[in-house]
Amino acid sequence: MREIVVFSLLNGAVYGLLLFMLSSGLTLIFSMMGVLNFAHASVFMLGAYLSWQISRWIGFWPALVVAPLLCGLVGAAIERYGLARVHRLGHVAEILFTFGLAYVIGELVIMAWGRNPIENRVPASIDFAAFRIYGTSYPFYKVLMTMISVGMFAFLWLAFKRTRVGLVIQAALTHPRMVSALGHDVPRLFVLVFAIGSALAGLAGVIGGFALLTEPNMAAALGPIVFVVIVVGGLGSIPGAFIASMLIGVVQTFAVAVDYSLADLLRALGMGLPPGSALREMLAIKLSQAAPLIPYLLLVLMLIVRPRGLMGTRDT
Amino acid sequence: MRELFHRIAKYGLALAAVLAALPAAADTLKIGYIDPLSGGAASAGVNAQKHMIFFIDRINAAGGLNGQKLELLSYDNKVNPQESLIMLKKAIDEGARIVMQGNGSAVALALTDAVLKHNERNPGKEVLFFNYAAIDPALTNEKCNFWHFRFDADVDMKMAAFGDVIAADKDIHKVYLINQDYSFGKAVAAAAHRILAAKRPDVQIVGDELHPLQKIQDFSPYVAKIKASGADTVITGNWSNDMLLLFKAGKDAGLKVNWFTYYGGGLGSVPAIGHDGVGYLKQVTEHHKNVLPYLLPEEVAFHKRFTDKSDEMYYWRIRNMFAMLEAAAKKAKSNDPVKLAHALEGLKLDTPLGPMEMRADNHQLLQPLFVSTLSDKVKYDVEHSGLGFKTDKKISAADTAMPTTCKMTRP
Amino acid sequence: MTKGATRPAWWVGAAALLAVLPWVPGLQSDFGRSLLSQMGIAAVFALSYNLLLGQTGLLSFGHAVYFGLGGYAAIHLLRAVNGGWPIPVPLVPLAGAAAGLGFGIVFGALTTRRGGTIFALITLGVGELVRAASLMLPSFFGGEEGVTASRTEAPRWLGLDFGSQLQVYYLIAAWLFVAAILIHAFMRTPVGRLCNAVRDNPERVEFVGYDPRRVRFIAFSVAAAFAGLAGGLHAINYEIVTGEAVGATRSGAVLLMVYIGGVHHFVGAVLGAAAITWLQVSLSDYTSAWLLYLGLIFMGMVAFVPGGLAGLAMIHLSALRTRAVAAIARSYLLALPFALATLAGAATLIEIAYRRSTQPEAGALMTLFWIPMDTAKPWPWIGAAGVLALGAAALARIRPRVAAAWERAAEEIHAHA
Repeated sequence: MREIVVFSLLNGAVYGLLLFMLSSGLTLIFSMMGVLNFAHASVFMLGAYLSWQISRWIGFWPALVVAPLLCGLVGAAIERYGLARVHRLGHVAEILFTFGLAYVIGELVIMAWGRNPIENRVPASIDFAAFRIYGTSYPFYKVLMTMISVGMFAFLWLAFKRTRVGLVIQAALTHPRMVSALGHDVPRLFVLVFAIGSALAGLAGVIGGFALLTEPNMAAALGPIVFVVIVVGGLGSIPGAFIASMLIGVVQTFAVAVDYSLADLLRALGMGLPPGSALREMLAIKLSQAAPLIPYLLLVLMLIVRPRGLMGTRDT
Repeated sequence: MRELFHRIAKYGLALAAVLAALPAAADTLKIGYIDPLSGGAASAGVNAQKHMIFFIDRINAAGGLNGQKLELLSYDNKVNPQESLIMLKKAIDEGARIVMQGNGSAVALALTDAVLKHNERNPGKEVLFFNYAAIDPALTNEKCNFWHFRFDADVDMKMAAFGDVIAADKDIHKVYLINQDYSFGKAVAAAAHRILAAKRPDVQIVGDELHPLQKIQDFSPYVAKIKASGADTVITGNWSNDMLLLFKAGKDAGLKVNWFTYYGGGLGSVPAIGHDGVGYLKQVTEHHKNVLPYLLPEEVAFHKRFTDKSDEMYYWRIRNMFAMLEAAAKKAKSNDPVKLAHALEGLKLDTPLGPMEMRADNHQLLQPLFVSTLSDKVKYDVEHSGLGFKTDKKISAADTAMPTTCKMTRP
Repeated sequence: MTKGATRPAWWVGAAALLAVLPWVPGLQSDFGRSLLSQMGIAAVFALSYNLLLGQTGLLSFGHAVYFGLGGYAAIHLLRAVNGGWPIPVPLVPLAGAAAGLGFGIVFGALTTRRGGTIFALITLGVGELVRAASLMLPSFFGGEEGVTASRTEAPRWLGLDFGSQLQVYYLIAAWLFVAAILIHAFMRTPVGRLCNAVRDNPERVEFVGYDPRRVRFIAFSVAAAFAGLAGGLHAINYEIVTGEAVGATRSGAVLLMVYIGGVHHFVGAVLGAAAITWLQVSLSDYTSAWLLYLGLIFMGMVAFVPGGLAGLAMIHLSALRTRAVAAIARSYLLALPFALATLAGAATLIEIAYRRSTQPEAGALMTLFWIPMDTAKPWPWIGAAGVLALGAAALARIRPRVAAAWERAAEEIHAHA
């Protein structure tokens, strides 16, 4: 019992950190520009593929630096040459543009690397067990993931609170038009923000690439959950995104470990099951089976009850 | 003005459809291959496609069937039953008379139903369905029909093969079942319960897990559960990504259990488990590279033609499928689907691994089965991993037969 | 947006066209009629989405939920009919519409309180929720295998058994016609007009005294009902409904259809549905890069042609009446060969890359644009890149001409307006 709690906490935390790495960039972009960047998970995928390709040429540690930089450049290009034209057409058009972009990036990845998963194995330099608990070893790359994640959080927090650009961006999070009126070059800020956001996604992709499976479907698999994180965490809040990621990661992982259903609960309370097979079926669903539902349930509830999220500073 | 566009739209699409219409078919026997060629399970579908190409070319080089050459038409269904029905329509319209599929029992169930409906509604234009890998037992029991032929041992047949191995292994005490949440996975779990109850009632089943199909990226929570249960053995029907990701998570956590798998030797799985699997990973298949002390000529020729690391000859049963097709065509002296189907029923053929027979009562092929374990001391390895399988037990074709509830109407 | 009264003649013409289509040479095969049936179903779905997005301004990423739930309801009804219920097949789609309406009301009450981005996110969440739930309730959703039924094991209706694709097509076409008339009529009611108002300026609607939330809720429910109708037709056509009928891919597809067709035009939905269905079904035969082309076209439309295909056609038709039309035509003619060259160059590069990465076993030899080439050698790449670069450079030169011609046309149109 203790084992499973400890492992679920550890696994959940790691999963949560991966979600945070992925969603931190999106929080930035969404909060600052109001753009629901559907292509964010695609840039994450691009980061995974690029890091694999680059590690084959120059090794893993350089790839850890180069791949996110490339993704940042891609992000800058997307904003400068693509999205910039679309801003004046409204939020719907921006969303749709990134929606199409997600398809395009996905297909470009297929064009370059094929439709099958690629063998993105953990690089030998970090492929060892970090520690053992209760007889199960914990791989080092998950520890690395933790370190990078925390590092991202620290970087973003410091960058926002301590640098001038950060302050301007923070202001733009809540009052974008005022910032523009005060004379700051908002289009350039946008390019910078998009670039940073994409670089963060790329960095998440480097690690995510061998923690998960590197295949063209990666983006579609993780994309929706990331939206859940930023909405639940709150628009405009990095700490909120962190809390939301950890919450979702841990809760979902714990749920998988629970093999009980509402029917079991009713029986334990001494109550009988209501008649009707459909209702019975719903009550008999084990929590472990229902685990994939949890993030979306959370999203819908949050949007209905408190649209600005847990720690949000803006409504939309 | 708007309704003008209504018209233009309709003319436009009519024109487009004209462009889409295909030219008249040449005189070949067309085989429609409907399987995933993109997406998560694509590696299996593309690998099988290479088998199709290989064996069809061989038959054509020898003159074809009754003088008629074979032609392969491939369709990507993304393991989606809906998409498969659309592809079936396409295949039939492009002239396919035999349809082949294997990846996903959900797809096979939809296809067998659709083929039956098509044949009932279009007498004279019948189509056969050759199933080379979808092993839900229902397809040769309650959902059987005259047009469907299965060339792979079903879930129950394979679990029975495991049964004897498990019965003999006195070190197995606690078994954990983990499967994909659909008809096939549930069938594996049910078969495991039955066999364990029959052969080893002393064994305790400490877990019975069903997870969503092809959706889980990270299996570490499940591995944690397996560990917490104290299981020494895991039985799983997982395939493709679900198998190799489970292995990956198990390896990360240092999980050391006996693995009784259906597809543990599939593409990518052996490299995923690596040396951790030596002595622990078992599979039940109709063939593996070390089943004989030498490679068969088909294997040699296949590896010569397809040289990528992932181009292993996984589907010996596709070789058997085409061999049966060839024999049936010779027996029927015709390539008409109805006559071929009648000729296939009860057909017996010899293979380098032993005799095989197509059952007339439920259209299930009986072929020799091998239970094997992963080893690092074998002559032939898979995917350049240095590891390969070694036979533990051979079950002859006749001994694999199971009782059936199939009642089919024959034309 | 939509201007002018609708003459009955156009509707009669449309009906006649629908009736004649399956007899057009090239579409007479089973597959051709199947393609038309698919287009018809997509058209009903797209019309319902147009009501939501085009008329009321609600961007939904989960509209397939109502399509799929309607489909499931219809197929369960069809199963009951197979078991003996005396309901004729043509009425089965009504079960889909009813289910769509029901779920639309239930979910709509929760989701239409806000508009804009929040609404889009909620629909995304609900869509994923329903998709995930579809695998957990096998008695309604049938698990991975889905739910099947037979459309022929039913009481005959006017002597028809609906076994042949032709009969199914006519059923779909009839419902499409009915749906189009109903939606068109709905947009003319006061509620329908309010939907447009809410799309354009919700604050003002409030000031005038109406509740935008109410209006959104009504629009949502009506759109869901028609989506459910499309789902019911889908169930009859395929005789199977599986979980991906409620999935994100289908929601994304209808969004693409309506937007590419033209989000502001009623007919745009039908156009887009036909075009995208054709692309999905037929273009995938010719090139494995079709989704890339679709994505690029979509992005281009969003950025440069927000009115979609229908909007594009509208603009050109209004330009036809001006004197600048000759200049426009000349500039197009001049640009045409270079545009074709640019497209050919880009397409060649894309096709070669796809062949190498996704179908290596098909070999290196390809024939594109009637030119055989060996993709293992560098010259096809260089040649295609060169053609692309030259074409693009020439287009860049010609662009000012085209722009100038259109400016003249625009001036004239505004002068006359």
